[in-house]
Amino acid sequence: MGRLAPWIGGAIVLIALPHVFSSGFALTLMSQIGLLIVFALAYNMLLGQGGMLSFGHAVYFGLAGYFTIHYLNFIYEEEVPYIPVTLIPLLGGLVGLFFGILIGYVSTRRAGTTFAMISLGFGEMVTALTLVLVAIFNGEDGIQTDRVIGEELFGVTYGPNIEVYYLIAGWCLLCTLAMFLLTRTPFGRISNAVRDNPERVEFIGYSSQRIRWLAFSLSSFFAGIAGALHAVNIEHVGFEQVSVLQSGLVLFMVYIGGTASFVGPIIGATLLYFLQSTLTGVTEAWVLYLGVMFVAVIMFFPGGLAGLITMHQPIWRVHARLLAPLLIPYTRFFAALVASVLGCIGLIEMLYFRSSRLSTETELVIYGIESDPFSAVPWIVFTGIAVAGGFAVRKTLPSAVSAWNTAIADARTLPRG
Amino acid sequence: MESFIFAMFNGVLYGMLLFLLASGLTLIFSMMGVLNFAHASFFMLGAYFAYQISEGLNFWAALIVAPVIVGMVGAGIERWGLRPVHRYGHVAELLFTFGVAYVIEELVQMIWGRVPVPYEIPDAMSGALFTWQGFDYSIYRVFMLVVSVAIFVALFALLTYTRIGLIIRAAVSDPIHVATLGHDIPRIFMWTFGFGCALAGVAGVVGGNVLGTEPAMAIQLGPIVFVVIVIGGLGSLGGALVAALIIGIVTRLAIFYDYGVGSLVLALGLEIDTAGMLRDFTRITTAQVAPVLPYLMLVLMLIFKPRGLFGTRDV
Repeated sequence: MGRLAPWIGGAIVLIALPHVFSSGFALTLMSQIGLLIVFALAYNMLLGQGGMLSFGHAVYFGLAGYFTIHYLNFIYEEEVPYIPVTLIPLLGGLVGLFFGILIGYVSTRRAGTTFAMISLGFGEMVTALTLVLVAIFNGEDGIQTDRVIGEELFGVTYGPNIEVYYLIAGWCLLCTLAMFLLTRTPFGRISNAVRDNPERVEFIGYSSQRIRWLAFSLSSFFAGIAGALHAVNIEHVGFEQVSVLQSGLVLFMVYIGGTASFVGPIIGATLLYFLQSTLTGVTEAWVLYLGVMFVAVIMFFPGGLAGLITMHQPIWRVHARLLAPLLIPYTRFFAALVASVLGCIGLIEMLYFRSSRLSTETELVIYGIESDPFSAVPWIVFTGIAVAGGFAVRKTLPSAVSAWNTAIADARTLPRG
Repeated sequence: MESFIFAMFNGVLYGMLLFLLASGLTLIFSMMGVLNFAHASFFMLGAYFAYQISEGLNFWAALIVAPVIVGMVGAGIERWGLRPVHRYGHVAELLFTFGVAYVIEELVQMIWGRVPVPYEIPDAMSGALFTWQGFDYSIYRVFMLVVSVAIFVALFALLTYTRIGLIIRAAVSDPIHVATLGHDIPRIFMWTFGFGCALAGVAGVVGGNVLGTEPAMAIQLGPIVFVVIVIGGLGSLGGALVAALIIGIVTRLAIFYDYGVGSLVLALGLEIDTAGMLRDFTRITTAQVAPVLPYLMLVLMLIFKPRGLFGTRDV
């Protein structure tokens, strides 16, 4: 029962969410996050569980999207057998699987940097082809469709966004469960082993190349499902969806979320897409913040956000009250960090404002205060906050670290319970 | 024939520019095992710095100063960014440079804006050096060729005949052994990284005004430079040169001689599909596939000969 609890809880949350946030923006946002979770989890089958760094996984996401849109249009023109929209994602998954098997065969012969290079090569190749083969991909405009192709069970037409949300939520839950169960199979375990030590895997009688190929194909299958869901949700697909930018985005999501734990990609996809969709309207510097965040994760906490949580697992497993002494040093450190980040953001925003010569806005508002980037005062204030925050970070970090060390040492000496 | 020579000239020029980038990258990669994803970003920084310096002073000052600054930035990033990541392994290092490429692109946009900056060819070199059989060979393009060949020769001499070159070559083939002989390997890494970035900076200074100085220039050229070093073989400067020339010439010829697949299909006596979904396959011209060619070569090379043309070890 304890094992089932997170899944039942997750299902209840997915069902309840649209009743809490019912605006159109929130619905589209949640739908998009749902399919990106599938994509991110699929990507982590490669990066986290199989040890394969891909710079071109959007290929399977995007090609499945193109196929889905064409298929929906063909259904409309009655040229292909009818498939209900509910099951269309499965078709997208099969498209992903097909290309995954095909391209995976040549690219998974080697792991590591070679694999990363080949994936980049295929990513660039497919992106370039979408601009050449206009009849299929329609160049930079992309192709579109109408997802309402007929009435399905219980009168669902997938016209209203709420119905699409539940479609995506259902597929998201199903795929998450499937991918989680996959990690528990012997295949999942041997895939971890191939990541850690391919030579030993060969010695116990497996072909590490075959395992990588299988992992790659399955990952492409789930990426294809996500791509089809994207196509149904947006009703449009363009070359951006197969491009290296999209591949980079999913890499950022997975890595910032944390590759070592199963929930990492879920956290990463939710957080990053939420930030992206809310911040792109507010700031021009979103990609810069994303890049800095990514670099910071690599340098300072390679376990990602999920890694920060699992760091404390051995402590609360023993007793939750052991976390109490962490509260004050953590709060101090976090406050210092937030202050310095806010100061830096203020500086960056003013720099951006000054450099964008085409900007139509005449005044810059940072944190609700009108700041004139051409006068000295805001520069001094933000620099002061950033520098003081930076010093405070350096000063509060050791006590936060030692608090964690003490807590983990205590947890080891106490019995469980 | 005249047009062929002109296309070859442009191909060689483009190839030499690629080589300037690839030489630094292959040195860094073979020595440190780090595939520097941000290498083309340093190329871009070179172009932007050169623009800024030539606004204030002149092109010649930019040619000297900009690469030095780029090299310093590169060494700084190696020292305070890459070195701490080293313990997490090569994949983390690759990811780090991938992130750095994003950050540099955004910083460039933050400082110089999203539109291209007017980094022009210096007035003294804007004319044609000579006109041969109907084609203008501009002074600046010949100058670019001279600079890149000079750097190739200097680099070759440095690596072959000097003590520093000896240590670098030794560190490429066996870093641990060199460390046991008392050389400070992290410091050699740092300066090699900075030096490689400075070479990319030179390419940016001389190439930025021809290719266009804009925030997207790094992302357009970056992956192609990877292709060059993989095809040439890791750690092989000669291989990088040959591969850079091959890719430069092939892509330029493909654009120059715009042959279509359709004519081939007709020559084979087949009928052309003009209406169906696959009609574009018969309409593809070599100019259209030119951007794909390097990646096709990369994939084929990695599948059939992962060591590259002159490489001595696998990627």
